[in-house]
Amino acid sequence: MKDKNIRMQTKGLNVSYGDKQALFDVDLEIRKNKVTALIGPSGCGKSTFLRCLNRMNDVVDSCKIDGDVLLDGFNIYKKKVDVVLLRQKIGMVFQKPNPFPKSIFENVAYGPKIHGLTSNKEQLDELVEKSLNRAGLWGEVKDRLEDPGTSLSGGQQQRLCIARAIAVTPEVILMDEPCSALDPIATKIIEDLINDLKKKFTIVIITHSMQQAARVSDYTAFFHLGKIIESGTTKQMFSEPKLKRTQDYIAGKFG
Amino acid sequence: MIKRTAKIAVKRAKKKKNPFKLKLGSSKKKQVHLAKRHARERRFRVFGFSAIAASMIFLLVFFASIIADGYTAFSQAQLRIVVTFEQSLVETGNYRKILQNSLKQQFPEAEGRKQRFMLYKLVSKGGTNNLRDMVSKNPQIIGTTDQVWLPASSLIDMYIKGKTSNEVDESKRKIKNLQIKWLEELQADNSVRSVFNTSFFTNGDSRAPEQAGILGSIMGSIFSIVVCMLISMSIGIGAAVYLEEFAPKNKLTDLIEVNINNLAAVPSIIFGLLALAIYLNFFGMPRSSSLVGGFALSMLVLPTIVIASRNALAAVPPSIRFAATALGATKVQVTLHHTIPYALPGILTGTILGIARALGETAPLLMIGMVAFVADVPTGILDPATSLPTQIYLWADSPELGFVEKTSACIIILLLILGVVNGTAAYIRKKFQYDW
Repeated sequence: MKDKNIRMQTKGLNVSYGDKQALFDVDLEIRKNKVTALIGPSGCGKSTFLRCLNRMNDVVDSCKIDGDVLLDGFNIYKKKVDVVLLRQKIGMVFQKPNPFPKSIFENVAYGPKIHGLTSNKEQLDELVEKSLNRAGLWGEVKDRLEDPGTSLSGGQQQRLCIARAIAVTPEVILMDEPCSALDPIATKIIEDLINDLKKKFTIVIITHSMQQAARVSDYTAFFHLGKIIESGTTKQMFSEPKLKRTQDYIAGKFG
Repeated sequence: MIKRTAKIAVKRAKKKKNPFKLKLGSSKKKQVHLAKRHARERRFRVFGFSAIAASMIFLLVFFASIIADGYTAFSQAQLRIVVTFEQSLVETGNYRKILQNSLKQQFPEAEGRKQRFMLYKLVSKGGTNNLRDMVSKNPQIIGTTDQVWLPASSLIDMYIKGKTSNEVDESKRKIKNLQIKWLEELQADNSVRSVFNTSFFTNGDSRAPEQAGILGSIMGSIFSIVVCMLISMSIGIGAAVYLEEFAPKNKLTDLIEVNINNLAAVPSIIFGLLALAIYLNFFGMPRSSSLVGGFALSMLVLPTIVIASRNALAAVPPSIRFAATALGATKVQVTLHHTIPYALPGILTGTILGIARALGETAPLLMIGMVAFVADVPTGILDPATSLPTQIYLWADSPELGFVEKTSACIIILLLILGVVNGTAAYIRKKFQYDW
């Protein structure tokens, strides 16, 4: 019986780069319209795990993936899966804001263009406005859509990247430490945005800030040395973790 | 006076102590060590500065000597001659005779074959072309007499420009006393003037220095550079994109990379020999043509363009590629929509610098015969042609005094063109390069 609330699921996921194994038998459920936070010390496999969810690891030659990654119950590593369509369904936001050195409009319009989501200029304009609006950036950039995306501030650039990701109408958005390069005020704006976005999207976010995980996420998974040590609702994880190691990490005693 | 110095002393004493100044009481060793460090720094600066100064001086001397030799080539002496367009001679096309008769009339004192021969040498042989042009433009002048400005011969031109002196014994110089006398007569009559030398820019090569121009070699250079650009840009950028973006990283691609780098260091004459063996001897392509010249030059600049393009592509940060990939772009879309456009300023800069190198390259063109005497301006890539550097080589080899200034003038033109090309590259790099 398939759980309707589960959007993505990994079963026995093993990942290795050459001789080095990065993930060991990772099982995790990612719930629909919730924010799942991945925490853990650097090099514990969080990013590897995240990049398996939209097959970004495919571009790494030495990467070997074993196990199932299900999106709505369908294994995305099946041969017949078209990664282009998969990545349209599962968007990604990176650690460092990486807008294209093109205009703000072009940054957002690029995804819809290559996927042929709109059939005319009006629809495209509308979609760009909607995406920028949803990323909370429309008011700030509506008069300067032709300026290069790189001319924005760091926080604005990151919201532009979020607008770019949601313009292709994904179902899941993966965020790899989206606030690590931002100041506290820009971070606050992005966190509010995440809270808003989860009404429509399922979000997986990597963060090194325990406070951020506590603030924005509904579920948390704690990674250590390529394994999931503990996962559950954020409330339970932060208030009464089952394991001592989780408690120590959250309290900042190691990592 | 004493009061003032005392005041200053008090002021100094009141001044805050400099915490970065070595205290007087500090150890001798420390003082010596610090002094040594400062001395080393000063020495380093002096070395650097003198290196720059030396190269600037060399450059200045180089430019000064070329300009001093060459600037006179941009002007040309003209003589005013009274010409009678005799109908019978015009009809037979014997403009040489018209010119000679006119000169004879103007200087009747020239007697005997030898003196008349000297007389005819005042005016350039190219003057007959001027007369022919005049007649074809205005046939009504046939049968009339008119004053015409005609280009002086190189002999007279050099004398007027002061490149030959009349102080040496007459037997040891080309210009004879009689000719100088005639010239002075013309000068007294206001019949000598100096004009901008347009024929230098509109003529092809010539055996007579005053008629030799660079248009032929400029066209040859343009044709061969166009051929070179078409080949080396398409192949070079294509190879760079494939190697950088698509090729698997293995021993084979490593080997290819090493070899491309080695090719960039191969002496250019080797490429000339290769072009001679392949294009001329094996494929039988036309000798001395810009087409083969372009082929030879493209072999020469290909490695440069591949290396520069690869560097430009590699400079596009991976995060941009990830961003496009994560949006669902295919590998080709990532490359065509993002990587290449963002690398294009760098690619173009590298290509233009390669082209600049090809423009100044001589050795491979010597091998494929683009160093022949070509009087006609080439009109296509299959015509025999020279290029600017081989033209310099040709003229520098000519014994006539008139070619000395032409050689320097051609060098000036080539340097100007290279300056413009390199300036364009610098401009593109500055204006369009992305700062990641």
